[in-house]
Amino acid sequence: MANLKDLKNRIASVKSTRKITKAMQMVSAAKLRRAQEAAEAARPYAERMNAVMAGLSASVGGSDSAPRLLAGTGSDKTHLLVVMTAERGLCGGFNSTIVRLARQAANQLLSEGKTVKILTVGKKGREQLKRDFGQHFISHVDLSEVKKLGYGNAQAIAKEVISRFDAGEFDVATIYFNRFQSVISQIPTEQQVIPAAYDAEGGASTVYDYEPDEQEILADLLPRGIATQIFTALLENGASEQGARMSAMDNATRNAGEMIEKLTIIYNRSRQAAITTELIEIIAGAEAL
Amino acid sequence: MADTMQFDLVSPERLLTSVQAREVRIPGAEGDMTAMPDHGPLITTLRPGILTVVAADGSSDFLVTGGFAEISAEGVSVLAEGAFPTGDVTGEMVAEMVATARASHESATPDRIDATAKTLADMVAVGAQLGH
Repeated sequence: MANLKDLKNRIASVKSTRKITKAMQMVSAAKLRRAQEAAEAARPYAERMNAVMAGLSASVGGSDSAPRLLAGTGSDKTHLLVVMTAERGLCGGFNSTIVRLARQAANQLLSEGKTVKILTVGKKGREQLKRDFGQHFISHVDLSEVKKLGYGNAQAIAKEVISRFDAGEFDVATIYFNRFQSVISQIPTEQQVIPAAYDAEGGASTVYDYEPDEQEILADLLPRGIATQIFTALLENGASEQGARMSAMDNATRNAGEMIEKLTIIYNRSRQAAITTELIEIIAGAEAL
Repeated sequence: MADTMQFDLVSPERLLTSVQAREVRIPGAEGDMTAMPDHGPLITTLRPGILTVVAADGSSDFLVTGGFAEISAEGVSVLAEGAFPTGDVTGEMVAEMVATARASHESATPDRIDATAKTLADMVAVGAQLGH
Protein backbone atom coordinates (compact mmCIF):
# COMPACT_ATOMS: atom_id res chain seq x y z
CA MET A 1 0.00 0.00 0.00
CA ALA A 2 1.92 3.01 -1.27
CA ASN A 3 -0.67 5.42 0.06
CA LEU A 4 -0.22 4.27 3.65
CA LYS A 5 3.52 4.58 3.38
CA ASP A 6 3.20 8.09 1.98
CA LEU A 7 1.01 9.11 4.87
CA LYS A 8 3.46 7.67 7.35
CA ASN A 9 6.33 9.60 5.78
CA ARG A 10 4.26 12.74 5.73
CA ILE A 11 3.47 12.41 9.43
CA ALA A 12 7.13 11.83 10.24
CA SER A 13 8.15 14.92 8.28
CA VAL A 14 5.54 17.17 9.91
CA LYS A 15 6.64 15.84 13.28
CA SER A 16 10.23 16.87 12.65
CA THR A 17 9.08 20.26 11.38
CA ARG A 18 7.19 20.67 14.63
CA LYS A 19 10.34 19.85 16.56
CA ILE A 20 12.25 22.52 14.66
CA THR A 21 9.63 25.24 15.12
CA LYS A 22 9.33 24.34 18.79
CA ALA A 23 13.09 24.66 19.18
CA MET A 24 13.10 27.99 17.32
CA GLN A 25 10.35 29.24 19.56
CA MET A 26 12.31 28.37 22.67
CA VAL A 27 15.48 29.92 21.30
CA SER A 28 13.70 33.17 20.51
CA ALA A 29 12.05 33.15 23.94
CA ALA A 30 15.52 33.12 25.48
CA LYS A 31 16.78 35.75 23.04
CA LEU A 32 13.71 37.88 23.65
CA ARG A 33 14.44 37.97 27.35
CA ARG A 34 17.96 39.14 26.67
CA ALA A 35 16.83 41.68 24.10
CA GLN A 36 14.25 43.05 26.50
CA GLU A 37 16.85 43.36 29.23
CA ALA A 38 19.13 45.24 26.85
CA ALA A 39 16.31 47.58 25.86
CA GLU A 40 15.45 48.08 29.51
CA ALA A 41 19.06 48.83 30.43
CA ALA A 42 19.39 51.40 27.67
CA ARG A 43 16.27 53.27 28.69
CA PRO A 44 17.68 55.52 31.47
CA TYR A 45 20.35 56.86 29.14
CA ALA A 46 17.91 57.58 26.34
CA GLU A 47 15.42 59.25 28.68
CA ARG A 48 17.98 61.57 30.22
CA MET A 49 19.53 62.30 26.90
CA ASN A 50 16.13 63.33 25.59
CA ALA A 51 15.46 65.52 28.62
CA VAL A 52 18.79 67.32 28.26
CA MET A 53 18.41 67.67 24.52
CA ALA A 54 14.91 69.04 24.92
CA GLY A 55 16.21 71.69 27.30
CA LEU A 56 19.10 72.57 25.04
CA SER A 57 17.12 72.73 21.85
CA ALA A 58 14.49 74.86 23.54
CA SER A 59 17.09 77.43 24.52
CA VAL A 60 19.22 77.37 21.37
CA GLY A 61 16.75 76.17 18.75
CA GLY A 62 15.23 79.54 18.03
CA SER A 63 18.44 81.35 17.25
CA ASP A 64 19.81 81.70 13.72
CA SER A 65 23.09 80.10 14.66
CA ALA A 66 21.48 76.83 15.68
CA PRO A 67 23.32 73.82 14.23
CA ARG A 68 21.87 72.40 11.03
CA LEU A 69 21.31 69.02 12.65
CA LEU A 70 18.75 70.72 14.87
CA ALA A 71 17.37 73.48 12.70
CA GLY A 72 17.46 71.57 9.41
CA THR A 73 18.68 72.82 6.07
CA GLY A 74 15.68 75.03 5.53
CA SER A 75 14.33 72.79 2.81
CA ASP A 76 12.66 69.40 2.70
CA LYS A 77 13.31 68.36 -0.88
CA THR A 78 15.29 65.23 -0.23
CA HIS A 79 14.28 62.63 2.30
CA LEU A 80 16.39 59.83 3.65
CA LEU A 81 14.50 56.80 4.90
CA VAL A 82 16.49 54.57 7.20
CA VAL A 83 14.62 51.28 7.11
CA MET A 84 15.64 48.94 9.90
CA THR A 85 14.62 45.32 9.55
CA ALA A 86 15.92 41.95 10.63
CA GLU A 87 18.70 39.92 9.07
CA ARG A 88 16.61 36.77 9.25
CA GLY A 89 13.15 35.76 8.25
CA LEU A 90 10.65 33.36 9.81
CA CYS A 91 9.38 36.01 12.16
CA GLY A 92 5.81 36.49 11.02
CA GLY A 93 4.92 39.91 9.73
CA PHE A 94 7.82 41.65 11.44
CA ASN A 95 9.78 42.68 8.36
CA SER A 96 6.74 43.22 6.16
CA THR A 97 5.07 45.69 8.52
CA ILE A 98 8.15 47.91 8.59
CA VAL A 99 8.57 47.68 4.84
CA ARG A 100 4.89 48.46 4.29
CA LEU A 101 5.14 51.61 6.39
CA ALA A 102 8.33 52.71 4.66
CA ARG A 103 6.84 51.98 1.24
CA GLN A 104 3.76 54.07 2.00
CA ALA A 105 5.93 56.95 3.17
CA ALA A 106 8.17 56.68 0.12
CA ASN A 107 5.21 56.66 -2.28
CA GLN A 108 3.67 59.60 -0.47
CA LEU A 109 6.90 61.60 -0.70
CA LEU A 110 7.41 60.68 -4.34
CA SER A 111 3.89 61.75 -5.21
CA GLU A 112 4.64 65.11 -3.59
CA GLY A 113 7.57 65.45 -5.97
CA LYS A 114 10.26 64.96 -3.32
CA THR A 115 13.41 62.98 -3.77
CA VAL A 116 13.65 59.79 -1.75
CA LYS A 117 16.83 58.04 -0.72
CA ILE A 118 16.81 54.81 1.20
CA LEU A 119 19.37 53.37 3.57
CA THR A 120 18.59 49.85 4.67
CA VAL A 121 19.70 48.16 7.85
CA GLY A 122 19.19 44.40 7.78
CA LYS A 123 18.97 42.44 4.58
CA LYS A 124 15.31 41.39 4.77
CA GLY A 125 14.04 44.90 4.24
CA ARG A 126 16.47 45.43 1.43
CA GLU A 127 15.21 42.35 -0.37
CA GLN A 128 11.60 43.41 -0.03
CA LEU A 129 12.19 47.00 -1.14
CA LYS A 130 14.58 46.18 -3.96
CA ARG A 131 11.97 45.62 -6.65
CA ASP A 132 10.09 48.91 -6.23
CA PHE A 133 12.73 51.21 -4.81
CA GLY A 134 16.02 49.63 -5.89
CA GLN A 135 17.09 52.81 -7.67
CA HIS A 136 16.64 54.84 -4.47
CA PHE A 137 19.06 52.76 -2.41
CA ILE A 138 22.14 54.67 -1.36
CA SER A 139 23.65 52.36 1.21
CA HIS A 140 23.18 49.26 3.28
CA VAL A 141 24.28 48.36 6.79
CA ASP A 142 24.83 44.67 7.35
CA LEU A 143 24.37 43.49 10.92
CA SER A 144 24.30 39.77 10.17
CA GLU A 145 27.73 39.27 11.71
CA VAL A 146 26.77 41.10 14.89
CA LYS A 147 26.13 38.73 17.77
CA LYS A 148 25.21 41.29 20.38
CA LEU A 149 24.02 44.75 19.44
CA GLY A 150 26.22 47.42 20.95
CA TYR A 151 26.19 51.18 21.03
CA GLY A 152 29.08 51.00 18.58
CA ASN A 153 26.76 49.61 15.87
CA ALA A 154 24.37 52.49 16.35
CA GLN A 155 27.24 54.98 16.32
CA ALA A 156 28.48 53.60 13.04
CA ILE A 157 25.04 54.04 11.45
CA ALA A 158 24.67 57.52 12.93
CA LYS A 159 28.12 58.46 11.63
CA GLU A 160 27.23 57.40 8.13
CA VAL A 161 23.91 59.26 8.23
CA ILE A 162 25.49 62.42 9.62
CA SER A 163 28.38 62.45 7.15
CA ARG A 164 25.88 62.12 4.32
CA PHE A 165 23.87 64.94 5.84
CA ASP A 166 26.97 67.12 6.10
CA ALA A 167 27.71 66.36 2.48
CA GLY A 168 24.29 67.79 1.66
CA GLU A 169 22.85 64.54 0.37
CA PHE A 170 19.48 64.95 2.08
CA ASP A 171 17.42 67.37 4.18
CA VAL A 172 15.29 65.14 6.37
CA ALA A 173 16.06 61.73 7.82
CA THR A 174 13.48 59.37 9.23
CA ILE A 175 14.01 55.98 10.80
CA TYR A 176 11.60 53.07 10.45
CA PHE A 177 11.50 50.30 12.99
CA ASN A 178 9.16 48.21 15.10
CA ARG A 179 8.48 49.38 18.60
CA PHE A 180 8.13 46.47 20.99
CA GLN A 181 4.77 46.38 22.72
CA SER A 182 4.37 42.73 23.65
CA VAL A 183 5.10 39.32 22.21
CA ILE A 184 2.01 39.50 20.04
CA SER A 185 2.09 43.17 19.22
CA GLN A 186 4.86 45.23 17.64
CA ILE A 187 4.11 48.68 16.36
CA PRO A 188 5.78 49.85 13.16
CA THR A 189 7.05 53.33 13.93
CA GLU A 190 8.51 56.21 11.99
CA GLN A 191 10.66 58.70 13.79
CA GLN A 192 12.33 61.78 12.41
CA VAL A 193 15.94 62.08 13.54
CA ILE A 194 17.24 64.93 11.36
CA PRO A 195 16.36 67.73 11.95
CA ALA A 196 16.18 66.53 15.51
CA ALA A 197 12.72 66.79 17.00
CA TYR A 198 12.61 66.70 20.78
CA ASP A 199 9.52 67.31 22.87
CA ALA A 200 9.99 70.53 24.75
CA GLU A 201 8.13 69.18 27.75
CA GLY A 202 10.12 67.27 30.32
CA GLY A 203 13.16 69.49 29.94
CA ALA A 204 13.94 73.13 30.46
CA SER A 205 12.48 73.34 33.94
CA THR A 206 15.78 74.48 35.44
CA VAL A 207 18.17 76.95 33.94
CA TYR A 208 21.55 75.30 33.55
CA ASP A 209 25.01 76.70 33.26
CA TYR A 210 26.84 75.21 30.33
CA GLU A 211 30.49 74.39 30.12
CA PRO A 212 31.66 74.85 27.40
CA ASP A 213 28.87 77.08 26.09
CA GLU A 214 25.50 75.88 24.81
CA GLN A 215 26.44 75.96 21.15
CA GLU A 216 29.48 73.79 21.64
CA ILE A 217 27.69 71.32 23.88
CA LEU A 218 24.84 71.11 21.44
CA ALA A 219 27.23 70.50 18.55
CA ASP A 220 28.81 67.74 20.60
CA LEU A 221 25.55 66.21 21.79
CA LEU A 222 23.44 66.27 18.63
CA PRO A 223 25.33 63.46 16.89
CA ARG A 224 25.20 61.53 20.14
CA GLY A 225 21.48 62.13 20.41
CA ILE A 226 21.00 60.72 16.94
CA ALA A 227 23.15 57.71 17.76
CA THR A 228 21.09 57.18 20.91
CA GLN A 229 17.82 57.33 18.99
CA ILE A 230 19.15 54.84 16.48
CA PHE A 231 20.43 52.62 19.27
CA THR A 232 17.04 52.67 20.99
CA ALA A 233 15.39 51.83 17.68
CA LEU A 234 17.79 48.96 17.07
CA LEU A 235 17.12 47.53 20.51
CA GLU A 236 13.35 47.89 20.15
CA ASN A 237 13.66 46.22 16.79
CA GLY A 238 15.72 43.40 18.26
CA ALA A 239 13.15 42.72 20.96
CA SER A 240 10.30 42.99 18.44
CA GLU A 241 11.99 40.58 16.06
CA GLN A 242 12.36 37.93 18.73
CA GLY A 243 8.82 38.52 19.98
CA ALA A 244 7.41 38.23 16.48
CA ARG A 245 9.42 35.12 15.79
CA MET A 246 8.32 33.59 19.05
CA SER A 247 4.63 34.01 18.32
CA ALA A 248 5.08 32.97 14.67
CA MET A 249 6.86 29.81 15.73
CA ASP A 250 4.27 29.16 18.42
CA ASN A 251 1.58 29.29 15.74
CA ALA A 252 3.61 27.08 13.44
CA THR A 253 4.08 24.52 16.22
CA ARG A 254 0.37 24.50 16.92
CA ASN A 255 -0.50 24.17 13.23
CA ALA A 256 1.94 21.29 12.88
CA GLY A 257 0.29 19.59 15.86
CA GLU A 258 -3.15 19.95 14.26
CA MET A 259 -1.87 18.66 10.97
CA ILE A 260 -0.33 15.61 12.65
CA GLU A 261 -3.65 14.84 14.33
CA LYS A 262 -5.53 15.08 11.04
CA LEU A 263 -3.00 12.99 9.18
CA THR A 264 -3.01 10.35 11.91
CA ILE A 265 -6.78 10.03 11.66
CA ILE A 266 -6.58 9.68 7.88
CA TYR A 267 -3.77 7.16 8.30
CA ASN A 268 -5.74 5.04 10.78
CA ARG A 269 -8.87 5.16 8.63
CA SER A 270 -7.08 4.01 5.52
CA ARG A 271 -5.26 1.31 7.49
CA GLN A 272 -8.59 -0.03 8.76
CA ALA A 273 -10.10 0.23 5.29
CA ALA A 274 -7.21 -1.81 3.96
CA ILE A 275 -7.71 -4.47 6.64
CA THR A 276 -11.43 -4.60 5.95
CA THR A 277 -10.82 -5.02 2.24
CA GLU A 278 -8.38 -7.83 2.89
CA LEU A 279 -10.85 -9.57 5.22
CA ILE A 280 -13.65 -9.31 2.66
CA GLU A 281 -11.36 -10.77 0.04
CA ILE A 282 -10.45 -13.73 2.32
CA ILE A 283 -14.08 -14.38 3.30
CA ALA A 284 -15.27 -14.07 -0.27
CA GLY A 285 -12.52 -16.49 -1.29
CA ALA A 286 -13.50 -18.98 1.45
CA GLU A 287 -17.18 -18.83 0.45
CA ALA A 288 -16.38 -19.47 -3.19
CA LEU A 289 -14.84 -22.82 -2.33
CA MET B 1 22.41 71.34 53.74
CA ALA B 2 21.88 67.84 52.54
CA ASP B 3 24.67 65.42 53.24
CA THR B 4 24.37 63.32 50.16
CA MET B 5 22.89 63.53 46.69
CA GLN B 6 21.67 61.08 44.12
CA PHE B 7 24.38 60.00 41.69
CA ASP B 8 23.67 58.01 38.52
CA LEU B 9 26.23 56.84 36.04
CA VAL B 10 24.68 55.52 32.84
CA SER B 11 26.19 54.38 29.58
CA PRO B 12 24.08 53.75 26.48
CA GLU B 13 24.12 50.05 27.25
CA ARG B 14 23.40 49.98 30.96
CA LEU B 15 23.04 51.72 34.28
CA LEU B 16 26.43 51.34 35.96
CA THR B 17 25.72 52.74 39.35
CA SER B 18 23.08 54.63 41.22
CA VAL B 19 24.07 55.62 44.76
CA GLN B 20 23.82 58.35 47.35
CA ALA B 21 27.10 60.20 46.98
CA ARG B 22 28.83 62.78 49.14
CA GLU B 23 30.91 64.10 46.30
CA VAL B 24 31.67 63.29 42.69
CA ARG B 25 34.89 64.24 40.94
CA ILE B 26 34.19 64.71 37.26
CA PRO B 27 36.72 64.99 34.43
CA GLY B 28 35.07 67.93 32.67
CA ALA B 29 36.08 68.97 29.17
CA GLU B 30 37.48 72.25 30.48
CA GLY B 31 39.01 70.88 33.66
CA ASP B 32 38.22 68.62 36.57
CA MET B 33 35.48 69.60 38.95
CA THR B 34 34.01 68.25 42.12
CA ALA B 35 30.27 68.29 42.53
CA MET B 36 28.83 68.25 46.01
CA PRO B 37 25.22 68.42 47.21
CA ASP B 38 23.42 71.69 46.43
CA HIS B 39 25.64 72.44 43.48
CA GLY B 40 24.27 74.98 41.03
CA PRO B 41 22.69 73.48 37.91
CA LEU B 42 25.35 72.83 35.29
CA ILE B 43 25.81 70.74 32.19
CA THR B 44 29.30 69.93 31.04
CA THR B 45 30.86 67.64 28.51
CA LEU B 46 33.44 65.11 29.65
CA ARG B 47 36.90 64.28 28.44
CA PRO B 48 38.30 60.77 28.78
CA GLY B 49 39.34 60.44 32.39
CA ILE B 50 38.71 58.97 35.80
CA LEU B 51 35.47 59.75 37.56
CA THR B 52 35.47 59.26 41.32
CA VAL B 53 32.37 58.84 43.43
CA VAL B 54 32.63 59.25 47.18
CA ALA B 55 29.72 57.58 48.88
CA ALA B 56 29.06 56.90 52.55
CA ASP B 57 30.73 53.51 52.32
CA GLY B 58 33.88 54.53 50.48
CA SER B 59 34.79 55.73 47.04
CA SER B 60 34.84 54.07 43.66
CA ASP B 61 36.53 54.98 40.40
CA PHE B 62 35.26 54.69 36.85
CA LEU B 63 36.98 55.17 33.55
CA VAL B 64 34.78 57.29 31.31
CA THR B 65 35.57 57.85 27.64
CA GLY B 66 33.47 60.92 27.08
CA GLY B 67 29.87 62.01 27.31
CA PHE B 68 28.36 64.64 29.52
CA ALA B 69 27.28 65.30 33.08
CA GLU B 70 24.18 66.99 34.33
CA ILE B 71 24.56 68.51 37.76
CA SER B 72 21.68 69.92 39.74
CA ALA B 73 21.02 70.65 43.39
CA GLU B 74 19.44 67.24 43.89
CA GLY B 75 22.04 65.13 42.20
CA VAL B 76 24.43 64.33 39.41
CA SER B 77 23.75 62.19 36.38
CA VAL B 78 26.64 61.28 34.16
CA LEU B 79 25.78 60.07 30.68
CA ALA B 80 29.01 58.49 29.58
CA GLU B 81 29.70 57.27 26.10
CA GLY B 82 31.60 54.37 27.60
CA ALA B 83 32.18 53.75 31.29
CA PHE B 84 33.95 50.95 33.12
CA PRO B 85 34.84 50.40 36.78
CA THR B 86 38.61 50.95 36.88
CA GLY B 87 39.06 47.48 38.40
CA ASP B 88 37.72 45.91 35.21
CA VAL B 89 39.90 47.92 32.86
CA THR B 90 42.70 45.94 31.26
CA GLY B 91 45.76 47.05 29.33
CA GLU B 92 44.22 45.74 26.10
CA MET B 93 41.06 47.79 26.62
CA VAL B 94 43.10 50.95 27.07
CA ALA B 95 45.25 50.09 24.05
CA GLU B 96 42.12 49.61 21.98
CA MET B 97 40.61 52.93 23.10
CA VAL B 98 43.87 54.72 22.36
CA ALA B 99 43.95 53.08 18.93
CA THR B 100 40.38 54.20 18.22
CA ALA B 101 41.17 57.74 19.34
CA ARG B 102 44.29 57.75 17.19
CA ALA B 103 42.39 56.48 14.16
CA SER B 104 39.73 59.15 14.50
CA HIS B 105 42.45 61.79 14.96
CA GLU B 106 44.22 60.68 11.82
CA SER B 107 41.03 60.66 9.78
CA ALA B 108 39.69 63.90 11.26
CA THR B 109 38.70 66.87 9.15
CA PRO B 110 40.75 70.04 9.75
CA ASP B 111 38.12 71.63 12.01
CA ARG B 112 38.04 68.54 14.23
CA ILE B 113 41.79 67.98 14.35
CA ASP B 114 42.35 69.86 17.62
CA ALA B 115 39.45 68.19 19.38
CA THR B 116 40.51 64.70 18.34
CA ALA B 117 44.14 65.43 19.27
CA LYS B 118 42.97 66.45 22.73
CA THR B 119 40.86 63.31 23.09
CA LEU B 120 43.82 61.20 22.06
CA ALA B 121 46.13 62.94 24.56
CA ASP B 122 43.53 62.55 27.32
CA MET B 123 43.11 58.89 26.50
CA VAL B 124 46.86 58.29 26.67
CA ALA B 125 47.05 60.21 29.96
CA VAL B 126 44.29 58.07 31.47
CA GLY B 127 46.11 54.92 30.43
CA ALA B 128 49.26 56.16 32.09
CA GLN B 129 47.31 57.11 35.22
CA LEU B 130 45.89 53.60 35.48
CA GLY B 131 49.33 52.11 34.94
CA HIS B 132 48.63 50.43 31.60
